[in-house]
Amino acid sequence: MRKFNALLDAMDTFLRTPATVTDGRCHVRDAVDMKRIMITVMIALCPALLFGWWNVGYQHFLAIGGETALWPCLWYGFLKWLPLVIVTYVSGLGVEVLFAQIRKEEVAEGFFVTGFLIPMIMPPDVPLWIVAVATIFAVIFGKEVFGGTGYNFLNPALLARAFVFFAYPSVISGDKVWISGADAVTGATPLALVMNGHPEAMPSTWELFFGTIPGCIGETCKIAILIGAAILIFTQVADWRIMLSVFVGGYATAVVCQLTGLCPVAAHDQLLMGGFMFGAVFMATDPVTAAHTRNGKYFYGLLIGILAILIRTLNKGYPEGMMLAILLMNIFAPLIDWCIVQNHIKRRRKTLDL
Amino acid sequence: MKKYLGPLSKDNPILVQTLGVCSALAVTAQLKPAVVMALSVTVVCACSNFIISLMRNTIPPRIRIIVQLLVVSFFVILVDLLLQSYLYDVSKMLSVFVGLIITNCIIMGRLEAFALSHKPFPSFMDGVMNGLGYGLVLVVVAFFRELLGSGTLWNHQVVPDSWYAAGYLNNGLMILPPMALILIGVIIWAKGPRAV
Repeated sequence: MRKFNALLDAMDTFLRTPATVTDGRCHVRDAVDMKRIMITVMIALCPALLFGWWNVGYQHFLAIGGETALWPCLWYGFLKWLPLVIVTYVSGLGVEVLFAQIRKEEVAEGFFVTGFLIPMIMPPDVPLWIVAVATIFAVIFGKEVFGGTGYNFLNPALLARAFVFFAYPSVISGDKVWISGADAVTGATPLALVMNGHPEAMPSTWELFFGTIPGCIGETCKIAILIGAAILIFTQVADWRIMLSVFVGGYATAVVCQLTGLCPVAAHDQLLMGGFMFGAVFMATDPVTAAHTRNGKYFYGLLIGILAILIRTLNKGYPEGMMLAILLMNIFAPLIDWCIVQNHIKRRRKTLDL
Repeated sequence: MKKYLGPLSKDNPILVQTLGVCSALAVTAQLKPAVVMALSVTVVCACSNFIISLMRNTIPPRIRIIVQLLVVSFFVILVDLLLQSYLYDVSKMLSVFVGLIITNCIIMGRLEAFALSHKPFPSFMDGVMNGLGYGLVLVVVAFFRELLGSGTLWNHQVVPDSWYAAGYLNNGLMILPPMALILIGVIIWAKGPRAV
């Protein structure tokens, strides 16, 4: 049985409370451990997920012209989501267990949130084998080759999506893929239509905010995302500085783009479109890949917001501005931290007059 | 013979010395240009090693880089013209990267490190082996990139149509250079630190 130690240990600590506890004095004064943090994030994701189930069904029945009652919509979306999440967890945890086994380590909890996020940022009809390939790629090359959970400098969930975006663009771009089981609807995303002079294609601000628009499972309902943000900020799992500065950077850039005529979309609509809010709340705030210093977080968030809107408006080939902006800033986060720390050291030196 | 085998694995120019990576990323989207590129580099490396080794006692050290560049560029132009006249389609595919062989660090590295201090025949063999070591990696990378990215090998379709009908898709990322970098990383990872 020793051969499967990693797997057994993971099951043991996940399903049961381990009997081995620290006796005597220890320095940890907080009940929050990694599992608790992960569970909090998953709870914060639940409102968006519940709405996402309903919306997948709603868009489907709307497109085929059926009735859009509450329970059938919810059930349809759930059935679309379930295989995605099973495939994600089986493939991702498979890789994690394999690496833990080879390295003779315990399986880290990091994949629970990643595996929960991946189905929420995929189109509902994406082929399951692509999800499996993307998840395996993201876990191996985003995380395991750098040392596993806590050492990854890229957000694995976003990396999985970026992989699908570049490797299999046909399943994740255009308008069709966001509505489940509807081949009749084809065309570009609202943003692309508006940019090409069709302002009537733009959903109203209320639709964008409430979320009755085609999109990923998790990203459409801004109310649900705000509830999630409130949970994350209240429990201090995610940092409000990052969220705030992403919105500030994004809004400022959107205003500039609107005033200079680069993009006809209103600035507040820009923040509600696509994955901007979902990314700002759940992706940019990933404690491992974000900047760690307090001032660094402001820079990190601001640059994500600015870049996301810039990529969206200036490069028509890449509507995935938020995803690319967060991944890019993930790479720069250590550099930001380094500059902040160096600056701090320099200031202290000056005060001490060395 | 055994002393020349180093560049194939233990001393591989790409995997161990990480030289020539730029062209390895650029020409490996398909198998055919990768093989042609590998052969071109082998020819240029071997011949210029041989010539420089013949002249090694007469080249003034202060201008040796210029002399080396002259010899290398002579062979590069020769190879380029040969490709243009006999393999025009591949030459089009490789575009500037044939001309850029002159800047390939492997060739300058071998001239500096080996040919300037060894006799002509060992220099020639060293050039051949380094070219082949470079080519080996190119072929392996190009094999996976063409197979997974286009579903073909040497421009022949190998992924059956029934797979595509069943929902299989070519991996577009394989066509892009970033994936070539990741593949080279994977080969280095798989090779590990062993000294074979």
